[in-house]
Amino acid sequence: MTTQPTGAPARSAGAPAAVELRGITKRYGSIVACDDVSLSVARGEIHGLLGQNGAGKSTLVKILIGLAQRDAGEIILDGRTVQIPDPLAAADLGIAMVHQHFSLVNELTVWENVTLGELGRPDPARTRELVRTIGERYGLNVDPDARVEDLSTGERQRVEIIKCLRRDPNLLILDEPTSVLTVAESRELFTVLRRVVQDEGKTVILISHKLDEILTATDHVTIMRSGRVVAQRTTSETDERELAREMVGRELSKWVAASALGDLDALIDPSLSSDPAMLAPVEPIHEDEFPVILRIHDAHASRDGRPLLQGLSLELRAGEILGLAGVEGNGQQALGDLLSSLIELDSGTVEMEGVVLPTGKPGVMHRAGIGVIPEDRHDSGCVLEMSVAENLVMSTVGSVAQRGFVSRKAIRANAETLIEQFEISTPSPDTPMRQLSGGNQQKVVLARELSLNPKVLVAAYPTRGLDVGAIEYMTERLHDAANSGIAVLLISTELEEILTLSHHIAVIHRGAIVGQMRRVDVDADRLGLMMGGQEA
Amino acid sequence: MTITATPPSPVATAVPSAPSPWLGRLSTFGLYVLSISVALLLAGLLVSLTGASPWEAVQAIFQGSLSDAAALGLSLDKAAPLLIVAVGTCIATSAGLFSIGQEGQVVIGATVGAGIAIFLHGPGPLILFVALLGAALGGAAWAAVSALLYYWRGVPVVISTLLLVYIAYQVVFYAVTQPWLLQESGQNVASPQSDMIREDAWLPRVGEYPGLNFSSLVVIAVLLAIGASIVLNRTTWGFRLRMLGLNPKAARRAGVSAVLLGSTALMISGAFAGFVGGALLVGGSHRLQPGISENVGWDGLLVALVARNNPILAIPVAFFFGVLRAGGGFLASTGVPRYIVDVVTAILVLAIVFPPAYQYLRREVRARRLARALAAGGAA
Repeated sequence: MTTQPTGAPARSAGAPAAVELRGITKRYGSIVACDDVSLSVARGEIHGLLGQNGAGKSTLVKILIGLAQRDAGEIILDGRTVQIPDPLAAADLGIAMVHQHFSLVNELTVWENVTLGELGRPDPARTRELVRTIGERYGLNVDPDARVEDLSTGERQRVEIIKCLRRDPNLLILDEPTSVLTVAESRELFTVLRRVVQDEGKTVILISHKLDEILTATDHVTIMRSGRVVAQRTTSETDERELAREMVGRELSKWVAASALGDLDALIDPSLSSDPAMLAPVEPIHEDEFPVILRIHDAHASRDGRPLLQGLSLELRAGEILGLAGVEGNGQQALGDLLSSLIELDSGTVEMEGVVLPTGKPGVMHRAGIGVIPEDRHDSGCVLEMSVAENLVMSTVGSVAQRGFVSRKAIRANAETLIEQFEISTPSPDTPMRQLSGGNQQKVVLARELSLNPKVLVAAYPTRGLDVGAIEYMTERLHDAANSGIAVLLISTELEEILTLSHHIAVIHRGAIVGQMRRVDVDADRLGLMMGGQEA
Repeated sequence: MTITATPPSPVATAVPSAPSPWLGRLSTFGLYVLSISVALLLAGLLVSLTGASPWEAVQAIFQGSLSDAAALGLSLDKAAPLLIVAVGTCIATSAGLFSIGQEGQVVIGATVGAGIAIFLHGPGPLILFVALLGAALGGAAWAAVSALLYYWRGVPVVISTLLLVYIAYQVVFYAVTQPWLLQESGQNVASPQSDMIREDAWLPRVGEYPGLNFSSLVVIAVLLAIGASIVLNRTTWGFRLRMLGLNPKAARRAGVSAVLLGSTALMISGAFAGFVGGALLVGGSHRLQPGISENVGWDGLLVALVARNNPILAIPVAFFFGVLRAGGGFLASTGVPRYIVDVVTAILVLAIVFPPAYQYLRREVRARRLARALAAGGAA
């Protein structure tokens, strides 16, 4: 796959690099996001930018596309020093970026989305033709007249890439492009990228924290850690182990090895890895020993006439982690909302230890013993303007009050206990939630939910956006929670995370469960087929 | 490695440029100083235009509001209704509901209070109590209409509360022009006002003229402000209310019912305003007239706005507004037109609410520019 290091000859020939960064430094207050970063990418090369969350990859790229200004350093494109004061300037210089999150208008068609942001009268015929030609040239097939909302996630990403390529950029930057894709879609994407650099002589920078991706798709790789470049390698001359060590700066524990490194193949077949023990599945539990705690039966729900859940049935057992795999946007959010009393079912039931719970009534699920770590902690997991201590008692404020008056002493005592128990790093219990790091905010949410002694814990994307240390922490705590007898529902789009933790795996597609299997029986092809919606 | 041929990045931010850079660079304090100075300058100019001397106007305001015990008492009297309305507003705003219908709730409160005081027979203090209670309930009921429209039909609270003000004006006018309702009886020339209420049902005053004397409403107002602050910050109810206001989704997850708690907050806010209406009746004009509210609903809303929804901070702010009202009345008696006094008050309010509003707008404009640049640049 990397037998053709197209970048190497160009570099040795002494031609100026397509992109060269020299000594880029960027500070945010006392934090140095990029510290003297230098790297060089040759024309016709796919260059990987590898690093954990918070390593400085995003800041570096923001500087390249004009969203942030460097404090020091130089940007040189094709031998010419340039200034990039804003995104418009970046576009003029031929730099385009495909963001991790799509910016498409779902209600519009593909060609309408492609022409969006253009000045002047839209030209439907010409734009449709453009979508087709770009599609043919790069293998990005998508119907120009399809509505974006009817497309799969992979197809939506193609539209994003077409939006970039139509401007004929010299440099294409992709930010974690596979986080929303199935395995097959990811492979297709890499084929397209190879075509972009080989046939068109463009340059691609691929940002990722997944090792297998970097190894499969890139020619050279720059590894960043804590804002610095710690290593630069030719991809064909390095391996997973070296990349991991450079990226994290230490050996990894079992809990993060897979999810942090994105080593899916080794998770499914540990013998592929140099250290099989580290990737062994969790001990299977015997179903007969553990009672079903929560049972969702034939749940249907909709919003404004659009179906969210279409006959979803699920059983959670005490002491078991059920991993819910699936491509994002297939009803995961609705399931989480259902178990937080945020939506009401049109039909179907939710039963907790045999008792049917009313849906959509605030607080009911919570009181029945369902704790939820929501997918977006800012949006609905915490109140950023309130203090850490207040956030820790959000749902149980009655327990720290006497005759309706909140006892500050009790709130503080509760906070101090939980802060110590969950190793939350905060200046004080009275610090506003907003000032905590993402990992610590997530710890607050976890601490609050677990302090209620729930019978069921729903964890939606619990490690999204966290660094390796925090991922390690969250993963261990979820494992411990299951060991203590809590039924855990782990919702995630990261298969690695699911495979690391789960006893059982269920696959969700279009608001229903399309299949279930035991972790020990996992088979990658079958999982992939189910995520694509096929019964397998 | 770090040899930089070009100077480090220029001062330009990611956004092309701030709307007006010199204004943008002022600190919050500087912004306040600037905005109040401009307001005072404008006010002085306006007063000069009417032919009066600005300095004499300032003296007149001082004389009418703070110069002696009687003037101070008048300022307190003027401040009390504003404070109560403002405290009610703080409660609704804490729940994330922006009600601007206090004026209407005041008017309805006064109308209900008048009905009770005139038609109910019994001992004076009892009538006083029932009239005030009825006034509060009337205001709450008026607010309940908005709560119902919002939670049942999704009508924005701002819109419904505002429109209900104008309906309230019609209601009070109708009540005082119908002989079978509240219109003054036994007059040859029918006037649009009610009978006087019984003297033993008037709100008692504290202190003796010419010393410091003021309505007992002042005491009630301060107690309500302190009470509201305690309830909002120290009780489980207040905790849930703030949670609802700051993040409705998180509050819902934590088991807060927005309908129940939000409606309650809106109705309490209405009750405060309605109570003020009743108090203006039994402690002020002693009869119902269409203009009984004297705009305390609107100004009370402004007090809450300036005090940034902090009931304790509302105490000094309400006093400041009371001073302006009392002094303004005195100024009007020196020949400066009454409407100029109102305009000056409005300019001062604008000067106080300008800095936070400007800072908010600046952030918005920046975000929009960035979004536009992204969309046009194809980087998105």
